[in-house]
Amino acid sequence: MNDRDGSAEDGPADVVEHVSGTGVPIRGNDIDTDQIIPGRFLKVVTFDGLGQFAFFDQRFTDDDEEKDHPMNEDRFRDASVMVTNKNFGCGSSREHAPQALMRWGIDALVGESFAEIFAGNCLALGIPTVTADEDAVEAIQDWVDEHPDGEIDVDVAAETVTYGDETVDVTVDDAQRKALVEGVWDTTALMASNAAATRETAASLPYTTGVLDARTDGGTTASDGDDAASDGGDA
Amino acid sequence: MSEGTLYDDVWERHRVDTLPTGQDQLFVGLHLVHEVTSPQAFGMLEERDMDVAYPELTHATVDHIVPTADQSRPFDDEAAETMMTELEANVREAGIEFSHPDTGDQGIVHVVGPEQGLTQPGKTIVCGDSHTSTHGAFGALAFGIGTSQIRDVLATGCVAMEKKDVRRIEVTGELGDGVEAKDVILQIIRELGTDGGVGYVYEYGGPAVEALDMEGRMSICNMSVEGGARAGYVNPDETTYEFLEGRDRVPDRGDGFEELKNYWESVRSDDDATYDDVVEIDGDALAPMVTWGTTPGQGVFVDEPIPEPEDLPADKVDTARRAQEHMGVEPGDTMQGYQVDVAFLGSCTNARLPDLRRAARVVAGRDVHDDVRALVVPGSQRVQKAAEEEGLADVFRDAGFEWRNAGCSMCLGMNEDQLEGPETCASSSNRNFVGRMGSKEGKTVLMNPQMVAAAAVTGEVTDVRDVDRVPPEEVTEA
Repeated sequence: MNDRDGSAEDGPADVVEHVSGTGVPIRGNDIDTDQIIPGRFLKVVTFDGLGQFAFFDQRFTDDDEEKDHPMNEDRFRDASVMVTNKNFGCGSSREHAPQALMRWGIDALVGESFAEIFAGNCLALGIPTVTADEDAVEAIQDWVDEHPDGEIDVDVAAETVTYGDETVDVTVDDAQRKALVEGVWDTTALMASNAAATRETAASLPYTTGVLDARTDGGTTASDGDDAASDGGDA
Repeated sequence: MSEGTLYDDVWERHRVDTLPTGQDQLFVGLHLVHEVTSPQAFGMLEERDMDVAYPELTHATVDHIVPTADQSRPFDDEAAETMMTELEANVREAGIEFSHPDTGDQGIVHVVGPEQGLTQPGKTIVCGDSHTSTHGAFGALAFGIGTSQIRDVLATGCVAMEKKDVRRIEVTGELGDGVEAKDVILQIIRELGTDGGVGYVYEYGGPAVEALDMEGRMSICNMSVEGGARAGYVNPDETTYEFLEGRDRVPDRGDGFEELKNYWESVRSDDDATYDDVVEIDGDALAPMVTWGTTPGQGVFVDEPIPEPEDLPADKVDTARRAQEHMGVEPGDTMQGYQVDVAFLGSCTNARLPDLRRAARVVAGRDVHDDVRALVVPGSQRVQKAAEEEGLADVFRDAGFEWRNAGCSMCLGMNEDQLEGPETCASSSNRNFVGRMGSKEGKTVLMNPQMVAAAAVTGEVTDVRDVDRVPPEEVTEA
């Protein structure tokens, strides 16, 4: 089985202007995250090794024999662009789902629509989720079936997908496009730089009165100079 | 764009900055943490040498993997024990309060938050769990996030989000006999679709919603995400304030309650608020719902025929055909009489005290059908204790139900409670996805708790309106 752990490292964000590679069609509407990665594979404390469990119950019988599934076909095993239909990734918020796809080898998804939490999780991993209408997506799926070695180029900046001689317009959510193209999809560092403003907002909210710990690092809620924050809010 | 809604107001009050991506940086007022989606986030924090920014606004519990039968440590399931140990270490180190099983406060994260008064109107609430939408019942802005976003919240106390449109869903009329909040949301999802809410936050209102208790409102908001909406909410009102007064995390009168209540009142949507869309649902016309398929949108009234796939919108035809094959149901039939092997009363949708009370009215004085394995998994240790003190636990046990400890249990089959082979489950939970309950051949029929109780005693999907129910005050005497 294919597992490409580490193909997209967690770390400083990179610019993702476009993704190129061969495709794999995953047909069907409302493909939920329980299908993408069944619950029993969530009993882990890291994401390592999840690639082998992507779509596990669709791909394998109880006796671990391969079933008919595009991800089991040799011709699609090196695919990096998954082509899906409506409401892909609905259901649970488990980031294990895009993690499993990424670690299997997927670097971009083209589909009719994506569930919001799933798309957000993909963005956090630097994986674009671009959308097109039903006819356009089905045409790409059919083309991928006929051209498993054919390269698909997902151009996030230009909002196009090119395959064979065709280039079609696709939609990339504004924030997603900006984040990927400018390489600012690592929101932790970005938001951490606003720590002082965050504390101001926190202190302005009536429900934090008496709840926020005192802080010394420029916070507006510190009642004295003690570093009470390090004691935590344990009760 | 919407204007003057609770969503607009709460968003603006929590907006710290607009990021270069165009997303807003939103301050998070309550971060709920559980064992499945958090360990990797704590790991990422450690890799970056960052501390938890607001441990005092963070609260943890354990629910997904916790066994509901024998909870003695170490857990029999080694993987579950590892996850539990990891969570214990992470929250200890960060100074995060933990509703641990030893405290008597443990339970499903979406039951624990409200019952301790952590969940309040006008808060932003996040959790690495899609059913975080539950907390919207209090007029909070609550939504599920992924693990990388959990890292963001742990490290910065904030989440990066884009603002959504607001759809007002007005439920008119009055809910009839046997009809519950669960049926309202199943009908909404059937009408608007499993992806109808993508790009929207749902505001639920109208007389049928306002008449509901907080637990009912939670059942509705809980399943917003099943309709594609990441968040759903109900404007807070006297029902909300009465529920909250006296809870652990809510200040007493004279000690801050009035000030907080003023804030809660202030975030309500204005009477002349502008919505991006408005939808009306006829509450008078509803009947108890059951699902016939493998998405929560595939539901019908219990006495209504299962649709022909070809009669559905074009994009639903294939999914419906595959679902009917999996479920072994025929278009034109109703779901009544569909044989049931397991009855599951539990989950963050329907495992609170009023849910159990309504189910007990059906169960009292009856026996679980010989061919049915029935279990009650209370939503929290507090629900469990209250139900035991009230005598409900005995009602269920006497009828032949297993009375379990609190957790997510069979809803997602991550602990020992799973379907076996092709078993069919009548379930008060929220998802009927293939394989969800731990068996690929397993079948889940979603319904409200009293309908689950009726199926448990008859062994088949049954219209609870045809079943005599003991008056509430006589439940423990039947």
